Amino acid sequence: MARKVTSRRMAIVTVVAWAVGFAIFFPILWTIITSFKTEAEAIASPPKFLNFHWTLENYITVNERSNYFRHFMNSVVISVGSTLLALLIAVPAAWSMAFVPSKRTKDILMWMLSTKMLPPVGVLIPIYLMFRNLGLLDTRTGLVIVLTLINLPIVIWMLYTYFKEIPVDILEAARMDGASLKSEIIYVLTPMAVPGIASTLLLNVILAWNEAFWTLNLTAAKAAPLTAFIASYSSPEGLFYAKLSAASTMAIAPILIMGWFSQKQLVRGLTFGAVK
Amino acid sequence: MATQHSRAAARAMLSPSVLLLLAWMIIPLSMTLYFSFLRFNLLMPGMEEWAGFDNYRYFLTDPAFWYAMRNTLVLVGGVLVITIVGGTLLGLLLDQDFFGQGIVRVLVIAPFFVMPTVSALVWKNMFMNPVNGLFAHFAQALGLQPFDFLAQAPLLSIIVIVAWQWLPFATLILLTALQSLDSEQLEAAEMDGASPLSRFIYIVVPHLSRAITVVILIQTIFLLSVFAEILVTTNGGPGYASTNLTYLVYVQSLLQFDVGGGSAGGVVAIILANIVAIFLMRMIGKNLES
Repeated sequence: MARKVTSRRMAIVTVVAWAVGFAIFFPILWTIITSFKTEAEAIASPPKFLNFHWTLENYITVNERSNYFRHFMNSVVISVGSTLLALLIAVPAAWSMAFVPSKRTKDILMWMLSTKMLPPVGVLIPIYLMFRNLGLLDTRTGLVIVLTLINLPIVIWMLYTYFKEIPVDILEAARMDGASLKSEIIYVLTPMAVPGIASTLLLNVILAWNEAFWTLNLTAAKAAPLTAFIASYSSPEGLFYAKLSAASTMAIAPILIMGWFSQKQLVRGLTFGAVK
Repeated sequence: MATQHSRAAARAMLSPSVLLLLAWMIIPLSMTLYFSFLRFNLLMPGMEEWAGFDNYRYFLTDPAFWYAMRNTLVLVGGVLVITIVGGTLLGLLLDQDFFGQGIVRVLVIAPFFVMPTVSALVWKNMFMNPVNGLFAHFAQALGLQPFDFLAQAPLLSIIVIVAWQWLPFATLILLTALQSLDSEQLEAAEMDGASPLSRFIYIVVPHLSRAITVVILIQTIFLLSVFAEILVTTNGGPGYASTNLTYLVYVQSLLQFDVGGGSAGGVVAIILANIVAIFLMRMIGKNLES
């Protein structure tokens, strides 16, 4: 009797959950479907869901007409570049705070976090003017620098919470055995730290890929990553739904896939360890 | 048991991060503060002069500022209400046992990974457009007049778009919190005859309160700076109907080239964000001790 109730309940929950999940995902699904339509079919009334002639022409047009590949590469260079640079700076910092904590470690961590609370618009003008004077406007280098700095606190925090979980006993054993600081890092710490570093890297690439304040304000045609390229569809000419969909699908697909892999780290990374 | 030597090494490893963040914080901030007291327009280079509090007076008495303040609060508040209520309900739903849990969770999280310009443009054109959007097609099918969302309810439309982007975040965090709820406590309450509603109010909600606070604070930090969604949908209009503080400062400084006025606006935005930040920092700091 009890089992029967549970299985009926489970069937209901299954139906409701799938319906809700489908509804939330629908805008993305609709974008993907529309990207395979012709422009005329994309605005057909009544809308066509699957009963249309599937075509790849939008993907070809977008790539040919707008130099899509360059914007894609800009996104890759900027997000991966800023992440690697941030890791390079953050790993030693997080390591030292996690394993050689001092009285001020907590204050330093909190202060680092507070820099993340700075609204970007509060420093937009100085950064813009500095970049103009240094010739960094509309360059990948400029964006790598800015995105490294804005994500550095998150990177340090995530690494710190991961490093904290590495048992100190092992490090102390290595020290007893006379391991130098260098070999301690290379042979003991690194193998245990790799998973944490990998998930930090993943989350940070996602954040940098989707960053849409600095990328929009500091780039024009040359260094524009996909966020800024897609924004150019806000004042289009003629029919463009299918092309917008194709460009959007290509822009979000890699990150969607990475994001699904990193969903567990997401909570931890974005709440600074406040929720685990 | 850190030695003197390893302490020095640790400090050396920490200093690049500290120096970089210090520079990143102090240099632009002091420049913004300095500019905010200047009469400084990019179209008139070399004409900068001390303006005292003029920029603040103009910025704070401009009706645009009060529109922007109101819109900022409505935008942040509206998105928070939708995402927290929706996130709690979704969290409760996803916490149940059902077929395909993993897949549904992936579907629900997906919007968070869509870049702001894509989600705003997809919603604007393919859903909210009064002629070709899906909503217009549905309205027509039902014999109703299509509604021009972004022209007639611009702020509400942007709230919907931003809420769609942030719902997964709230859901994920509240779900994580729900999963750490002690099920024995719930079972004991059930045995004692507590109704589902009172179990929810007296056990689940208190347990979630911490996670909800974290969601509110973190989302507020990000929502105060909503920019791309406004830029590609309404450009802040019609009039100032969907201009928030971030967008107003952008217009003033990079479109009207009024560096002084824009900087004063930037300082106001910083103060506003700091009020929220203080509470967030306290919560996270407490957690660091435990």
